[in-house]
Amino acid sequence: MVGALDRKLLRDLRRIWAQALAIALVLGCGIMVLVGAQATLRTLDLTLAAYYDRARFADVFTTLKRAPRSVLEDVALIDGVAQVEGRIATLALVQVTGMSVPATGQVVSYAPEGAVLNLPALRRGRMPLPDRLDEVALSEPFAEVHGLVPGARLRVILGGELRELTVTGWVLSPEFVYALGPGSLMPDDRRFGILFMPERAVAAATDMVGAVNQISLRLMRDADARVVTAALDRILAPYGGTGAHDRERQQSHAFLTSEMHQLSAMSTYAPPVFLLVSAFLVNMVLGRLIALERPQIGLLKAVGYSTREIAWHYLKLALLIGVIGTGAGWAAGFWMADGMIGLYADYFRFPFVIRAANPSALVISATLGLAVAAMGGGRAVWQSVRLPAAEAMRPPAPALFSRGWLDRALEALRLRQTVVMIARSILRWPGRAAITLFGVSASVAVLVMSYFMFDSAALLGDSVFGAANRQDLTLGLMEPVGEAVLLDARALPGVLKVEPGYAIPARLVNGTAERLSAVQAHWEGATLARLVDDRGEAVALPPHGLVLPEKLAQVLKVGPGSWLEVELLSPPRETLRLPVTAVFAQGLGQEAHIAAPALFAALRSAPQVSHLHLALDANARAALDDRLATLPAVSGLIDWVEVQRQFDTLLEENLLTMVTIYTAIGMMIAVGVIYNAAQILLSERSYELATLRVLGFSRREVAFVLVGEMMLLTLIAIPVGWAMGTWLAQGMVSAVSTDIIQLPFAISRRTYAYAGIAAAVAAFGSVTLVRRRLDRIDLVSALKSRE
Amino acid sequence: MTLAAPLSQPPRPVFRAEEVTRVYRTGAVEVRALRGISLNLYEGEMVVLLGASGSGKSTLLNILGGLDRPTGGRVFFRDTELTQASEAQLTAFRRAHVGFVFQFYNLVPSLTARENVALVTEIAANPMPPEEALERVGLGHRLHHFPAELSGGEQQRVAIARAIAKRPDVLLCDEPTGALDIATGAQVLEALHSVNRDLGTATVLITHNAVIQRIAHRVVVLADGRVVRDDPVTDRLQPSELSW
Ligand SMILES: Nc1ncnc2c1ncn2[C@@H]1O[C@H](COP(=O)(O)OP(=O)(O)OP(=O)(O)O)[C@@H](O)[C@H]1O
Ligand SMILES: [Mg+2]
Repeated sequence: MVGALDRKLLRDLRRIWAQALAIALVLGCGIMVLVGAQATLRTLDLTLAAYYDRARFADVFTTLKRAPRSVLEDVALIDGVAQVEGRIATLALVQVTGMSVPATGQVVSYAPEGAVLNLPALRRGRMPLPDRLDEVALSEPFAEVHGLVPGARLRVILGGELRELTVTGWVLSPEFVYALGPGSLMPDDRRFGILFMPERAVAAATDMVGAVNQISLRLMRDADARVVTAALDRILAPYGGTGAHDRERQQSHAFLTSEMHQLSAMSTYAPPVFLLVSAFLVNMVLGRLIALERPQIGLLKAVGYSTREIAWHYLKLALLIGVIGTGAGWAAGFWMADGMIGLYADYFRFPFVIRAANPSALVISATLGLAVAAMGGGRAVWQSVRLPAAEAMRPPAPALFSRGWLDRALEALRLRQTVVMIARSILRWPGRAAITLFGVSASVAVLVMSYFMFDSAALLGDSVFGAANRQDLTLGLMEPVGEAVLLDARALPGVLKVEPGYAIPARLVNGTAERLSAVQAHWEGATLARLVDDRGEAVALPPHGLVLPEKLAQVLKVGPGSWLEVELLSPPRETLRLPVTAVFAQGLGQEAHIAAPALFAALRSAPQVSHLHLALDANARAALDDRLATLPAVSGLIDWVEVQRQFDTLLEENLLTMVTIYTAIGMMIAVGVIYNAAQILLSERSYELATLRVLGFSRREVAFVLVGEMMLLTLIAIPVGWAMGTWLAQGMVSAVSTDIIQLPFAISRRTYAYAGIAAAVAAFGSVTLVRRRLDRIDLVSALKSRE
Repeated sequence: MTLAAPLSQPPRPVFRAEEVTRVYRTGAVEVRALRGISLNLYEGEMVVLLGASGSGKSTLLNILGGLDRPTGGRVFFRDTELTQASEAQLTAFRRAHVGFVFQFYNLVPSLTARENVALVTEIAANPMPPEEALERVGLGHRLHHFPAELSGGEQQRVAIARAIAKRPDVLLCDEPTGALDIATGAQVLEALHSVNRDLGTATVLITHNAVIQRIAHRVVVLADGRVVRDDPVTDRLQPSELSW
């Protein structure tokens, strides 16, 4: 008995296989994103945790001017501190063959007995011997791009002197998973590398024998990081401590976290859209199937099947679609996770990767997948299965059309009758039209949500390169100096224009609210490096007081008119009280800004310069590079042309793969929705459409009734989808933004246009598939069979 | 009187069927629906097609109307050979020259009576206004009713109005009264009759009701895919005079 019904189930499924597949694929996309992103997240989580643990990644980090090694003993006595590591860190210029401009090297020292915390993992060769002054181990990515194998020689300007070092090995460090050079927007393995050298060598080169300038701590399990940080700051204050911070503000970790937030946001925002659409589709398709089988349902009842048995029969069909969708989603999710983990492993260079699925994501996605199918199917099933046998065996009452004001309005428009047919079809079945509309909108929304990330990035790029940083080169100076340096810089070969820059680390305090940040001074009339808001407009600095980005002002609970304590964390190490005079919207950056005269007046000192912004004559570049390679006062440089090129390349590379994937997924929704809606329309109205052919309408004219309705709904759905997508994108932005990284919110016309076009193309393609069936319809037999 | 007009001149055939055969193949089974039919239909003529179920009436009508193609033989509409026409040409032929009426009305449920007629007049070259067509079948007061709001007879008359509104050269009716009761059927026949009389539209009418043959100019009887009788009607009646 059950056997017969189950055979019918499989036959039903075979009959509507294309529709079932379309639904399963939509469902599968949602589950793929959920499972894939969650598996990737879990892998990253586990990998990072294990990596941090094995490498004894510190919990608290701080930089100071200079303190005797003995201070480490005091630090170790702070309650809650488990381990202390002190070292010397400095920047160096690294001359690499094949690069006209020297790369920036972050030099890190390690004790003769080896580091206690933040242990570098040796990947190749060996670490430099403790007593060698001319040996260095390099971070693997940097060494690899430049082919600096163990034994290779390397010219480095360190401590103002040109030195020749020998590479002994390659390492990876948990502190530099996301290795961002000074002033960079993204990791650049060519232009930034880490140089691990014995303490003796670094101390000698920097005149820091017996001293340290970086301290990191590992805390006991139950220690309160904030208490420890405060105690540490107190101890280090006399030594020029710039304020300790925990992992959340450790650069590499913060970027990794932000990356993971992004993944997690994606897995939160995208899947519900897919699941909802799938539920509606199951409802629509099963509803139609059951409508067609009404007489059979009556028959089954008459024969003695119970309502429950029949309901369960159809529900199984819905669940089968759910199972197929979930299975496909899992498979695709694992495949996606595999690809993404591969990308991350490549990009971030973990020494090892612990692959893991996220079992709870599997359980949740399966539950959701089946629930969605059951919910969508349940409604359709229950409505018709409840009918008494006799009523079910009668054909359903014809849809009742009667004339209302809308019809009079339609008449007044003097539309063609085929257009009237489309309009009436939409108006008489608003529920079904609404599902189609919602489905296509969802498709557009997912596309907008996927593409807008690139708009945000492009906007960031525009504002960073187009408006804020028009200089060709920024030189960081070893130490702030007087304005006379501008003349020296102007005299360098090929320099067309020089502008001063000054930034100093500072702690901003307003009562209990405080924030580690920096104060940047701006000179009037600057044209190269400017302060710009999130629209790329220059921000005019008032003659007095601080100008803060909105986010920072929020954290500090201040606005124009409030006062802030500004503790300068490097010389002159004064504490200033300054008014906040303006707040502005800024995408990236969390520094306080001030007009240079106002800052130096408050400091009662002559203006200082910590970096130089240069506009260059491109033809004289080689001569300038030669000179720069030997300038001891320069601690680092940012080649903005190169940075922009990097940024653009990264964006483009991502663009191609990501856009392809997102477009496919987003279009899948429109395909699933329109294919099913069109298929149902055709099945319900093939009789009517065949009549039109008999009356002398051409294939095209008849297809217009089908294609026109679907495309009209699509066109209405597109603006709705734009609105939905904008809303989702806003949600994504706030989910992705972290303390130190804010994605600017921007959606370009191009994004809206592409999203609309992609959905329209998907809709048109799907309805065309169905149209082919309409074209092949046999007129005579269509007229014979009255449904 | 009414007979005299078309016969006073040499009759011109609208349709000419020559040795038309039609074989349906379903798997290994062959059904020979038409086994060599030769038949002319003349201008202004009304022909009733009779025959047992399965004798091939619908098949023949569909072939004449360009909905189906014969397996063998030739069919001419005036000087055009339909058996040589392409799919698009057949569509154009139906659009310009043929009006169909079917047993199940085949109205578009989402269009009102007027709109169902307008559906055809919008694509015809020289149509009459939809209102006039509906007036002709006695439905001038039902313009804005949807099919579901009309009785079966009214629906069939809308279908006739739709068929004649483009002033077709031929009207092909497959059991137009098949689903109707006697009184309603008479109204429908009246409508067809008046169209034939007033517009001179050549009409082929399939029916199972032998009584109806008396409203025609000619009766053709099919049996087993062959014409077994083809006689003029000598004692024509008005539809209202039929006794059922
Ligand atoms: N599509 C088809 N496939 C196979 N056989 C068919 C098909 N259409 C018609 N036939 C067969 O062709 C023969 C003639 O059919 P047709 O429909 O022309 O008969 P009819 O005279 O119109 O009958 P009725 O009075 O019942 O409508 C019948 O035997 C029928 O079974
Ligand atoms: Mg028939």
